[in-house]
Amino acid sequence: MTNQKLTGSADRPALLVGVLLLIVAAFVAYDASQQTITSNYGIGPTAMPYVVCVGLVLLGLAHFFVAFREGLPKPEPADRSALIWIVAGLIGLIACIALGGGFIVAITIVFACTARGFGRRALAVDALIGFVLGLVIFLVFAKLLTLLLPVGPLEHLFL
Amino acid sequence: METTLALMHGFSVALEPSKLLFCLVGVFLGTAVGVLPGIGPALTVALLLPVTFKLDPAGSMIMFAGIYYGGMYGGSTTAILLNAPGESASLATALEGSKMAKAGRGGPALSTAAIGSFVAGTIATFGLAFLAPWLVEIAVKFGPWDYFALMIVAFVTVSATFGDSPLRGLTSLFIGITLGLIGIDKLTGQARLTFGVPDLLNGVEVTTLAVGLFAVGEALYVASRRAHAPEEIIPIKGSLWMTKQDWKRSWAPWLRGTAFGFPIGALPAGGAEVPTFLSYSTERRLCKYPDEFGKGAIEGVAGPEAANNASAAGTLVPLLTLGLPTSATAAIMLAGFQQYGLNPGPLLFAEKPDLVWGLIASLFIANVMLVIINLPLIGIWVRLLAIPQPWLYAGILVFATMGTLAVNASPVELSMLFVFGYLGYLMRRYDYPVAPMVVGLILGPMAEAQLRRALQISLGDPMILLENPISATLLGLAFIALVAPFVMKGLNRFKAAED
Repeated sequence: MTNQKLTGSADRPALLVGVLLLIVAAFVAYDASQQTITSNYGIGPTAMPYVVCVGLVLLGLAHFFVAFREGLPKPEPADRSALIWIVAGLIGLIACIALGGGFIVAITIVFACTARGFGRRALAVDALIGFVLGLVIFLVFAKLLTLLLPVGPLEHLFL
Repeated sequence: METTLALMHGFSVALEPSKLLFCLVGVFLGTAVGVLPGIGPALTVALLLPVTFKLDPAGSMIMFAGIYYGGMYGGSTTAILLNAPGESASLATALEGSKMAKAGRGGPALSTAAIGSFVAGTIATFGLAFLAPWLVEIAVKFGPWDYFALMIVAFVTVSATFGDSPLRGLTSLFIGITLGLIGIDKLTGQARLTFGVPDLLNGVEVTTLAVGLFAVGEALYVASRRAHAPEEIIPIKGSLWMTKQDWKRSWAPWLRGTAFGFPIGALPAGGAEVPTFLSYSTERRLCKYPDEFGKGAIEGVAGPEAANNASAAGTLVPLLTLGLPTSATAAIMLAGFQQYGLNPGPLLFAEKPDLVWGLIASLFIANVMLVIINLPLIGIWVRLLAIPQPWLYAGILVFATMGTLAVNASPVELSMLFVFGYLGYLMRRYDYPVAPMVVGLILGPMAEAQLRRALQISLGDPMILLENPISATLLGLAFIALVAPFVMKGLNRFKAAED
C-alpha cells in the first residue's frame, strides 16, 4: 500500500485487480477448452464458461481504465500485526485438522490467536477459554446433535 | 378464500407444540447472534444453518423463519445501542436510533423498532400470503426463458444498480458466477474448474462462501482497523416504554415504512437499502418536528425499521414462488431449502402445501414471539453487546469454523473458508460489495440451467429469449438498469468534475 500520489501514475490496486481478473478468465477459458464431454443438442457445458470468461475480461479491462482515472477507494492503513495473528491462527487451524489434531485443539488455536490479534495480552487464559469452548461444542454436537466433528487423540477421551 | 383456508391449515401445522418450540428456539438464537456487532441477518442464518441439520424439514424451516426475523431484530438493537449497523439495511435506523440512545431515549427507540417491526412484519406477511398464490399461478406459465430473464434482472439489480460503483458490484457478481461454475455440470456430468481436486466436484458450498466473506472477512477487517474506530455501548437510561406522544408519532411512519418496504422487497430488484432510505427521507419531510431530525427523532427509527422488516418479508415472495433469491439472506435461505431437497418455486406450493403454509404461518408466530420475548429480555441482549471485542470475534471465528466442519470436515473446505475470508477482507478494504458474490454463486448455475433448457426447446435459437413478451420485457429492463448508472455518470461528467 505504498501508493504515492504522483500525477499521471496508475492506481496500483486497480491494476492488480484487473490483472487478476484476466488471469481468472484465462483459467476459465483453459479449463473449458480442455473439456471432453459435449452436448448433442442445445448448448454444452462449455458455453457458460466462455460467457463468464468474456465478462471477466471486460471487467478486467474496465479496471485498467479505472486505474488511470480515479482508481479504487484509498483504504486506511491496516494494523498488520493484528492481521498476522488472525491469519496465523486460521492456518494453524487448517494444519491441525489436516494433521489429525482434532477439533478441540483447533478451536483452542483459533480462539487464542484471534483474541491476541484483537489486542488481548493473555494468551494462556484465552487458550484455556478456547479449549473449554471447543470441548463444550464438541460434546454438544456429538451427544445432542449426533454430528461428529473432527476427532483427534483428545476427543477419543470423551467418546 | 382459498388462501384463507390454506393459511388456517398452515397455522394448524405451525401451532403444534414441537413446532412452537422450534420457532421459539429460532427466535431466541436469531436474536442472540444477530445482536452481536458486525453480524447481520445473512450471517446469522449462515452460522446457524448447521444447527438445523438434524431436524425434519418443516421444523427446521420454521426454526429458520424464527432465526431470520430474530436476526433482523437483533441487528436493529445493535444499530441503535452501538451505532454499528450489521448491514446496510440498518444504516438508516442507526442514524436516528443512536442519537436517541445518546439522548437517554434508547428504551423508546428499541420499543418503536420492535413494535414497528411487528406491525410491518405482520402486514407484510399477510401481503406475502395473499400475493404468493397469485404469483404462483403466473409463475406456472413461465418458461425457462422467462426464468432466465428474471435471473438476469436479479443479477443486474443486486450488483449494479444499488452499490456505489457498478463496476465493483459486477466484479463481485462475476467472481460469484465463476465460483458457481466449479463442480460437476448437472446436465452432462462434465467436471468444470475442479483441477483434479475431488473435494471441488460437489461445487462451492454457499454457506462456506457466505461465512467466509461475512464472518472471517469482517473479523479481519475490524482487526485491521481496530485503532480507527473504538466502539462504545450507550447504556439505556430511563423508561423502556414509549409515551403516548411516542405512539402518536410512530404509527404513521410504521405504516408508511411498510408501504415502501413490502413492494420493493417483493420485486426481483430486492434489497432493503432503498426502502429504508426512502422511508427515512419521507419521514424527515413529513415530520412535524423537523428540527429534531439529526438529534434523535422517533419517526426516523420507526419508519426505516418497519421498511426493513416489511422488505424482508417481501423478499420471501420471489424466493418462495419463483425460487429466486434477491438478497444475501435469501440466497442462504435457498441453500438451506436445497439442503433438505426442497426446491422453492410454484411446484413447492402444489407438492408441499403443509410446509409452505406452515412456514408462512410461523412467520406470524415468530413475529408475535419476538415482540413478547424481546422487550422484557432487552437487558440480556444489551449484556451480549458488552462482550469484550477480542472474545467476541474469537467466538465468531470459532462459530464459523464449527459450522464449516459440521457441513464438511475437510481441510480443503476449511482452506476455502479461509481464502474466502481473506477475499472478503480485501473486498471490504477496497469497497467491493460482498453480497452480489453470494447471489452470483447461487443464481449463476440456476441461470445457466434455465438458459440451456430454453435453448434445448428452441433447438439452439437464442432469439427465443426475445420472442417471448415476458422474457423480452425483463431483459429490456435489465439492460436499462445496467446501462442507466453509466449513462447518468457520463451526464454528470459534463456538469461537474467529481473530484
